[in-house]
Amino acid sequence: MSITIPFSVLFMVGGLFFFITATLGLLRFPDFFTRLHATGKGDTLAVLLCLIGISLHEGFSLTSVKIIIIAIFMSWAQPTATHAISRAGLKCGLKPWMKKEE
Amino acid sequence: MNGFFLSIGTGLCILTFFVLYRVVFGPGVFNRIAAISAIGTKTLIILLIMGIIYDRVEMFVDISMVYAFLNFVGCLAAAKYLEMEGQEQ
Repeated sequence: MSITIPFSVLFMVGGLFFFITATLGLLRFPDFFTRLHATGKGDTLAVLLCLIGISLHEGFSLTSVKIIIIAIFMSWAQPTATHAISRAGLKCGLKPWMKKEE
Repeated sequence: MNGFFLSIGTGLCILTFFVLYRVVFGPGVFNRIAAISAIGTKTLIILLIMGIIYDRVEMFVDISMVYAFLNFVGCLAAAKYLEMEGQEQ
């Protein structure tokens, strides 16, 4: 029983929790931009937590270094992709969801 | 430990089916692209968990890396194309 296993379990469960919240936001929010707000941030954090948990389970090797490289890449790529999609949606004339006046 | 990773992977697969609802019924093309990007990130973790269960992580980590790159590039290309479409109108 290695000492890293409880930390790995903790990180994986946290990642699954943030995946669940991001999916709930994607299904339940009323409009495109609010859905991106849920998935863009929730999925980034969840992927980072899950990758750190898996690399802790692997121990120190070339595989875990590759997993950390994937984590660094995802923490940069996911917000960029979200920004690109939301800007395209704004240029195509999607209206943000507003509270009804009157 | 394998059972723990198996249950995490099963939970991610169930979540992927929930996101698939947004891909099929989502109003408009942008909701579909956002949902496909979310499915891609879930698939990345599912691939690594499959590698742990089969005890071949050093092979699956390369597939997972390529999947992350392709997901990002595809998402960016679709966004750029739709942006050009929107400016022409």
